[in-house]
Amino acid sequence: MSSSAQTRKRGEPRTRQGKAGKFLDDRLNLAKPMRTQLNKVFPDHWSFMMGEIALYSFIILLLTGTYLTFFFDPSMGETTYNGSYVPMQGIEMSRAYASTLNITFDVRGGLVVRQIHHWAALLFLAAMLIHMFRVFFTGAFRKPRELNWLIGLGLITLGIIEGFAGYSLPDDLLSGTGLRIADAIMLSIPVVGTWVSFLVFGGPFPGDLIIGRFYIAHVLLIPAILAALIGAHLALVVRQKHTQFPGVGRTEDTVSGERVFPLYAAKAGGFFFIVTAICCALGGLAQINPVWLFGPYTPSQVSSGSQPDWYMMFLDGSTRLFPSWEIRLWGHTLPPLFWPTVVLPGILFTLAGAYPFIEAKMTKDTKKHHLLQRPRDVPVRTALGCMAITFYIVLFLSGGNDIIAKAFDISLNAMTWGGRIALLILPPLAYATAYRVCLGLQRHDREVLEHGVETGVIRLLPNGEFIEVHQPLGPTDDHGHGRLGYAGTPVPKRMSQLGGGSPLKQIRGFFYPVKEKPEIQAQLDELEAGGNGHAAIEGSDAPKQLTD
Amino acid sequence: MSDHAPVEAPTEEEVRQMTPEEAMIAGAATDDIHIVHRRDRFPIRGTKAEQRSERGVALCFTISALAGVAFIVYFIVGKWHWHLPGTTQSFALYTPILGGTLAIMFLFFGMGLVLWAKWLMPEEEAVQDRHDVPSTEEDKLMTEATLLVGLEDTGLPRRGLIMRTMLLAGGAFATVPLVALVGAMIKKPGDRLFHTLFKPNPDMFPSSNGMVPIVYSDWRPVSPDDLEPGGIATVFPGVRAKTPEGYDGVTDASSPTLLIRLRPGQSVKPRSGQAGYGWPANGPEYLAFSKICTHAGCPASLYEQQTGRLLCPCHQSQFQVLEDAKPVFGPATRSLPKLPLAVLEGEDGRQYFYAVHDYPEAIGPAFWERP
Repeated sequence: MSSSAQTRKRGEPRTRQGKAGKFLDDRLNLAKPMRTQLNKVFPDHWSFMMGEIALYSFIILLLTGTYLTFFFDPSMGETTYNGSYVPMQGIEMSRAYASTLNITFDVRGGLVVRQIHHWAALLFLAAMLIHMFRVFFTGAFRKPRELNWLIGLGLITLGIIEGFAGYSLPDDLLSGTGLRIADAIMLSIPVVGTWVSFLVFGGPFPGDLIIGRFYIAHVLLIPAILAALIGAHLALVVRQKHTQFPGVGRTEDTVSGERVFPLYAAKAGGFFFIVTAICCALGGLAQINPVWLFGPYTPSQVSSGSQPDWYMMFLDGSTRLFPSWEIRLWGHTLPPLFWPTVVLPGILFTLAGAYPFIEAKMTKDTKKHHLLQRPRDVPVRTALGCMAITFYIVLFLSGGNDIIAKAFDISLNAMTWGGRIALLILPPLAYATAYRVCLGLQRHDREVLEHGVETGVIRLLPNGEFIEVHQPLGPTDDHGHGRLGYAGTPVPKRMSQLGGGSPLKQIRGFFYPVKEKPEIQAQLDELEAGGNGHAAIEGSDAPKQLTD
Repeated sequence: MSDHAPVEAPTEEEVRQMTPEEAMIAGAATDDIHIVHRRDRFPIRGTKAEQRSERGVALCFTISALAGVAFIVYFIVGKWHWHLPGTTQSFALYTPILGGTLAIMFLFFGMGLVLWAKWLMPEEEAVQDRHDVPSTEEDKLMTEATLLVGLEDTGLPRRGLIMRTMLLAGGAFATVPLVALVGAMIKKPGDRLFHTLFKPNPDMFPSSNGMVPIVYSDWRPVSPDDLEPGGIATVFPGVRAKTPEGYDGVTDASSPTLLIRLRPGQSVKPRSGQAGYGWPANGPEYLAFSKICTHAGCPASLYEQQTGRLLCPCHQSQFQVLEDAKPVFGPATRSLPKLPLAVLEGEDGRQYFYAVHDYPEAIGPAFWERP
């Protein structure tokens, strides 16, 4: 590519990179499209990294998962364990469980990879959920991005199924119990329930097929769909360009930030390795799913305090809280299990998917939006989101209500009733509270815009009155009231945010002041003297400060 | 910004006259990407601050490399074989050290990249036009016309017969894979959920008149003397022959049964028609219930012998054994099914439990076909 040629003479490229560039460009006509992609601008905000964490943990899952397939045997065939974990020696178990024990005890470094895989899965789902909260509370789902909201919801749904399938593969006592509950959920579906259960398990539970079926779903089918959906999700972000918060020079027509190459690529690439590091640290230092302590699955055993992975706990909680309301009609039964495990998640996911369209309809908003909103500026949406999260948290905590009951010495039955009541009372309370908090924050923003920032300086007036001096944020009218309007951006509320710190030049150095070489110091002094402190800043029409 | 005038692409000659940076900025501008702020963080080369930043990034990469070497060395020489606790525990550090060195390797590599960008690369703010312009009316009209004429060319709107038969064939296409897959996977439930391996089997157990013996998981027969008052045991049908799925009495998922011996003074309020299911039939002391919770199928196995309550640890359904395992709290609706017990004398002269017949109702979680 010509940009790499320093000499910029006509003729054939002579450097090795130049020749490689010409080779590719002759065949793919890359020069322009590649430059466009290298120059693509990404806005920056800390909340945008949640989606990145989800993407990176998916990549970690693919890599560690591939490693695990080299050692895992997805078979329910019976075998007698003779590996090196003495407590299990001689015990009959499935090959799936035996090979999981082998990965743990007889594959060098297998346990750390298995635990990294499990932690990355938990992180994947957590990051997706928090990313969804970010998109929701800032209004990033609004037109034109409703389709990407739906794709994201599909990713979370598939991610939960993928996680559950993977959790079931070791065929240990804990996951087998989860699988049996899944069978009961299938059985609870009206009319076709028993047929669905027999179809999935290939006969009565547990049969000898389910691990093999879950395996191929877990390692091929669902990851392929997830990868395709992630591809579509990112393609839409590239096509529609990223949203950003309003600010100076940020409009609906532009996106501002850093170009992909080199700044954004270096930061995002670095962040990938940091996420990987967190997964590795968790996988090495924090034990997760110690299946060797649970033993192989048998239908007659269960351990107390059985918890699923965190992303299933809201369903476990709803199942624990739902009353024993069974409907029996004309010789048929509609079990109570059906409502909290099939109907409730169905309603939750449908509402989430429909929300962008409902909001657009209710607010009669048909415009496109590329600028994000601060949650306080849309109190109804923020309050609805807080209501939904409160509902979810009550269900989530109820999924571990036996652990809470034991830890805090509370009656288990009181926990169940507390959960039932909280599920009905707390969400409306959260709505009201969040709504009021949003209004309060809005008012405070306007107050500061009107009266200025509190300086902490008290002045005694000639008539004896004390007043606090306020620093206006911009031009004021005759009464001293600020003329700046609210623009959807954070309003500075402390003097330090206005540059009201120490005016003294900081002396650098920890033990003793840093001394530059005299010739360098001379250049620094010259630079300082030549400008206004921002000497090197250049606008698009200011004189260029060249790197060389 | 939208008020930027459209940028004319420079000519080849103009680009050749530019410095690389100017050419880069001009290239971005032709794509409506305007670099509005660009500042070299160290306009004066060789300052102490710059050297320190460079050393900091290099230190990150060095630590990363060292951690990688440490991982490899410990991977090879570390003690990793599992031993019984008490013999030697040196293997216990293997996984934490591997994870820790991996984490350090990745963390410092990532930090090196991020700090390199933040400390050393030029600070920059670029503004890109979104180009989110709706399709023009001309474009929409012409695309619409393309679709319409194409459809017209196929003649489908006029040729209803082709349309209908094609839809028919399309429906068949769509149904075929569904039928092929679902048809291959489908299994008729039949009455499989309504009986267990306790069903009497005269061919297998002629000596007990077909009644299935009750055994422990190691196939030892269960005798009334085995249980202390207030004790419980998980028992199974003593059927060694495998089901079509390869399960026998002990491993079959519908089999687990809870045998309970009441404490002296405890008595049971029986369900109608099942008064004689316990043993002895008059004033039963031993009761047998399906262990599979009627809510979601977990084994309900936490028994509080003083109160006679049985708790399922999955969703906290509670059953009152003294009221014939009636659900008293939590999401379960149905009582645990009760197994009719009999006792016969064995060849060794001891007494052993048998199931008179199968559970009178389906065990486990409820389903549509259940009355």
